[in-house]
Amino acid sequence: MNFGLSILSLARFQFAMTTVFHFFFVPLSIGLALIVAIMETIYVVKKDQLYKHMAQFWGRIFLLSFAVGVVTGIIQEFQFGMNWSDYSRFMGDIFGAPLAIEALVAFFMESTFIGLWMFGWDRFSAGIHCAFIWLTSIGTMISAMWILAANSFMQNPVGFMINAKTGRAQMTSFGAVVKNPQLWYELPHVLFGAFVTGSFVVAGMAAFALLKKRNVDFFRKSIKVSLIVGLIATIGVVGMGDLQTRYIIKEQPMKFAATEGLYKDSGSPAAWSILESQNTKQHKSNWSIDVPYVLDILSYHKLSGNVKGQNKLNKELHAKYDKKFGKDMNYYVPGKTLYWSFRVMAISGGLFALIAIIGLFFNRAGSDLIMRQRWFLWVLAICTFLPFAANTAGWFITELGRYPWVVYGLLTIADAVSPNVSVASLLTSNIVYFCLFSGLGIVMIVLSRRTLRQGPDDLLKATDDAPYDPYGKGAFSHE
Amino acid sequence: MSNLQFLWFILVGVLFSGFFFLEGFDFGVGMSIKSLAQNRAERDVVIHTIGPHWDANEVWLITAGGAMFASFPMWYASLFSGFYLILLLILVALIMRGVSFEFRSRMETDAGRNFWEWAAALGSFFAAFLFGMMFTALVKGMPINAHGDMTAHFTDYVNLFSIVGGVAVSLLCYLHGLNFIRLKTTGTLRERALKWAKPLYWVLFAGEVVFAILLFFNTDFFTKKPVSTLILVVALVVLTVLATWGVYGNHEWLSFVSSGLSLIDVVVLLFNGLFPRVMVANNAANSILIKDASNSPYTLHLMTVISLSVLPIMLIYFIWSYWVFYKRLAS
Repeated sequence: MNFGLSILSLARFQFAMTTVFHFFFVPLSIGLALIVAIMETIYVVKKDQLYKHMAQFWGRIFLLSFAVGVVTGIIQEFQFGMNWSDYSRFMGDIFGAPLAIEALVAFFMESTFIGLWMFGWDRFSAGIHCAFIWLTSIGTMISAMWILAANSFMQNPVGFMINAKTGRAQMTSFGAVVKNPQLWYELPHVLFGAFVTGSFVVAGMAAFALLKKRNVDFFRKSIKVSLIVGLIATIGVVGMGDLQTRYIIKEQPMKFAATEGLYKDSGSPAAWSILESQNTKQHKSNWSIDVPYVLDILSYHKLSGNVKGQNKLNKELHAKYDKKFGKDMNYYVPGKTLYWSFRVMAISGGLFALIAIIGLFFNRAGSDLIMRQRWFLWVLAICTFLPFAANTAGWFITELGRYPWVVYGLLTIADAVSPNVSVASLLTSNIVYFCLFSGLGIVMIVLSRRTLRQGPDDLLKATDDAPYDPYGKGAFSHE
Repeated sequence: MSNLQFLWFILVGVLFSGFFFLEGFDFGVGMSIKSLAQNRAERDVVIHTIGPHWDANEVWLITAGGAMFASFPMWYASLFSGFYLILLLILVALIMRGVSFEFRSRMETDAGRNFWEWAAALGSFFAAFLFGMMFTALVKGMPINAHGDMTAHFTDYVNLFSIVGGVAVSLLCYLHGLNFIRLKTTGTLRERALKWAKPLYWVLFAGEVVFAILLFFNTDFFTKKPVSTLILVVALVVLTVLATWGVYGNHEWLSFVSSGLSLIDVVVLLFNGLFPRVMVANNAANSILIKDASNSPYTLHLMTVISLSVLPIMLIYFIWSYWVFYKRLAS
């Protein structure tokens, strides 16, 4: 029974679904860990209880996000063996190492110190307790580094050779794998993106509360902290995105041409398309609204220069790889998805910067502009969801833009899939994960809303010597 | 087989041992939420005994999986794609129980709390049961082709032997959890855990005898490695005797350490029987061997250096976190 489906398409769909869902919570957790750490640091420095309560309150959202991030991460690790066993065989020598190091170095660190942080409010001095959330935060960033080191190899394989006897990739230089330029463009971009996510979720949720005029002082100060982080992070994510773009033109020109909807070469000077209708079957652009020079500025930071289109790149890739992979390969990447993903990312970046600046101005000390400009609070509130769209768009470009490779130039997606897994098994797991993720997603939203609705009142009213229990309201006591 | 390959086979075994020792009592405590604990206050206490630790304990599994990938990718690829449906169910169980503690604490109604308590209890039970089943089926031998791909049918991994294996592991985990609760609580919970453990240990003895007999008929352990297998089976019984003594004499540490060591003994028994293979095939020629399954010497050497320099630091803060939360909890 194959229900007209192939294991390849089902395994790809599953990878997309699990990665996108997992990566809702990864950047949210990385971002919130940093913001909570900053809030608690302000408390330690200023000795202002409000910031302690702020760290505890936003910590609740962080813990929800962290829990879902952890459990969906296990699927990610198991999935390489379950659905992509031939990938695991081919790449194990290189891919396994960063994965194991990630667990050993980062996962133990974040999971141990998050436990100490959650349950240690009454057992440690403020400074030591604050160190726990910083160690958790650093753990989440180290984790990102190692998993992106693995991803970077798939984008740009370095420090390896192909073993002639086994046909498998084999690591020759760990240093080269870690120093992969792809990683050092990708990592800061992803981390800044995570900080943006955390910032705008805090600011957006705070805006919801301010619309109802609840705990105004508490939520306005939350907005201040988060938008300062958000503004710096937005500058970082756009800057690193720009550097990464110029790197991709050199290393994966097909990916870049697709994000710009270029089928024919642009010619010099190159215009940037802001709206385009594509015919992906005939590989051509129907019509496009262009802004002159902008593509050259994006690509080369100059006002002239040609950008190669997908049609020419397709021919070049055929010339380069036909001997090894045959003439039937399709080197065109999913054009429309990449084109629109890039625009979602770019527009989000611009909006975040603008909103952070306006927000910090409206929210400045001594002014209550932010409370009177309700439209702005609505904009900020809606921005709670925007970073997730931008993050997902980024991964669509990165991963789909690598098509048809799973490891660029070395292994095709079709050769990576588990040969022994049946369509029925894959269909079952897809349905199970889909139901599970839908359920978890709904519970996350309901619980985040409930946490916000309940607000920080229980924290603000608590006396200093009452023990703080992350799981409830003093349901137990220590002997 | 090189020394490094041998070392990494041991290291993967050590990581799985750590996982079963630590997550073993987590699973047992999870099951206790809906069995031992009889009211909300008791359930709160039971969950709090593992609150700060369960996440880090589960990292042992993730590290074991990662280490297997980093040292024996052929093993990782065959095992994970082969036991597809069991691992899918394990993932569902781990996910439901992983979010349950956090989600339960945010519930406002008894029905909501009840749902996540069942998620924790059933998730813990099925994770333990299915791991037991998978490892039992693994050593029995599976249909594996020359490429290393396993194509097993339902009865290949669901049969009397694997079900007994699953029940034995989940019972061991449950008792390990009860022993942990005895160490971490006071009052009625502590007394009830003791009371419940007593009859269960006699069930465990019976289960071990049945398991040993099935092991004899279903695997080549006793023919290929009679001495070491016999020693490990006897050790399992001796550890259970010690744990039982700890229960009847009310020596809490003795019971806890013995139940933990018996879980480790089961892992050692299985790994000892596997050696020098990593996957046992029905057709002996297709069994996957340590010497063929591993990464290059370069990567093994690299991973050895990194692991041995990171592990001590990690163990220091990991153990320290237990010391911090050593105090007993009362409802």
